[in-house]
Amino acid sequence: MNDIWAGLEAAFWLIVTLDADLVEITLRSLQVSLSALVVASLIALPFGTWLAIRRFRYRRTAIAVLNALMGLPPVVVGLIVYLLLSRSGPFGVFGLLFTPSAMIVAQVIIITPLIASITHQAMRELWAEYHDLLISLSTTKRQRIMTLIWDGRRALLTAALAGFGRAIGEVGAIMIVGGNIDHATRVLTTAIALETGKGDFALALGLGFVLIALALAVNILIHTLSRTEQEGRW
Amino acid sequence: MSLTLSQAVVKRRGKRILGPVDLHLSTAEITIVLGPNGAGKTTLLRVLHGVERLSSGELALSKPDAQARQEQAYVFQSPIMLRRTVRANLAYPLELLGTARPIIKQKVEHWAERIGLADALERHAPRLSGGEKQKLALARALIRSPDVLFLDEPCANLDGRSTREIETLLKDAQLRGTQIVMTTHDLGQARRMASEVVFLLYGKVHERADAKAFFAKPDTQEAQAFLKGDIIE
Repeated sequence: MNDIWAGLEAAFWLIVTLDADLVEITLRSLQVSLSALVVASLIALPFGTWLAIRRFRYRRTAIAVLNALMGLPPVVVGLIVYLLLSRSGPFGVFGLLFTPSAMIVAQVIIITPLIASITHQAMRELWAEYHDLLISLSTTKRQRIMTLIWDGRRALLTAALAGFGRAIGEVGAIMIVGGNIDHATRVLTTAIALETGKGDFALALGLGFVLIALALAVNILIHTLSRTEQEGRW
Repeated sequence: MSLTLSQAVVKRRGKRILGPVDLHLSTAEITIVLGPNGAGKTTLLRVLHGVERLSSGELALSKPDAQARQEQAYVFQSPIMLRRTVRANLAYPLELLGTARPIIKQKVEHWAERIGLADALERHAPRLSGGEKQKLALARALIRSPDVLFLDEPCANLDGRSTREIETLLKDAQLRGTQIVMTTHDLGQARRMASEVVFLLYGKVHERADAKAFFAKPDTQEAQAFLKGDIIE
């Protein structure tokens, strides 16, 4: 219990004094996770919607694989990305290993199936609801996809936020591909892991509370900006 | 617009749901499709509108297919509401056609007034009552001034007042030249609305007649039994 109080106290002072290291790793955490979220959403949202309305031969297999990929072990993803980006790997020439870019790549691989799968589930239900109407109005495929994305934007936002939640809290993959280098690739989760290893539980907890607050703040900010709970908008 | 079905058959999982049906609809009147449950009424409407594929046979339209589909509208038994406001629901079919915004605004407000939802334009459509939803679905179908309007039991589960309002809208549409093809279980409504009746049984057109003649004295025993309210096996 003492550790928790000490953690809360540490978090309070870190925030109140705007600790330079805390600000730096918090901003880096946000930069990496939001970048990964944008890239993953650009891939996953249209793909999940397309998968919901398109009928093709191996559709069920594709959905099963997508759902299975939601459970990708981050450490394994980190290892594979490490091998691909290492000097001897196929993408070693780009020199991305142990940079925030490598961390973004790993997070994109981890969260894209999650966002695509939630998108697919939501869009499938909406497509079942709208199917007859959209067919009867002779809509084009593009009009159907645009209608579904617009009317399903709340679910899509939820999918994106689920992806962000997974990205911001991820540690295994970014530790491997980022290396947890001070002032270069250290983020909140890797810093927590480091401080826990060093036995500084108060600071680790303090960083943990900051991480939770950050995740909540981003969720609330996005909901507020997109007015999700206002009558008539949705 | 004329619609002609020739030897039309619809099968699902090997079972024949409809047909063979030969049917020609051409006049801008109100055709009521009657028949017991499972007779194929909804399937017939969906086939005529082109949302259900034929297993065999042919649907011939008097206009090119793409144009004909744009000039038809369909109102489903359970109204499908877009998860948008009443205004956005009414505007949607016009937006698909690329209609200019001032015209959309004018038409939306005109139809909202006609269906008594002028004060509810900014309300979320899925939260309307059943009667309001059905009127909105009908207005959304009529806002394009379709040549042909298909309605699948549009007044099922509605109270008398809502039913009367919908019937008034339909009669007005018919007077402006819209051809109406509608299924109903309500024989009273069929008597009030029908110009002609198509009586379906076991997926086939069992009888087709002028409404007055049909309700006065149907030709077939099954239609007589249906009108008497007997159960047809």
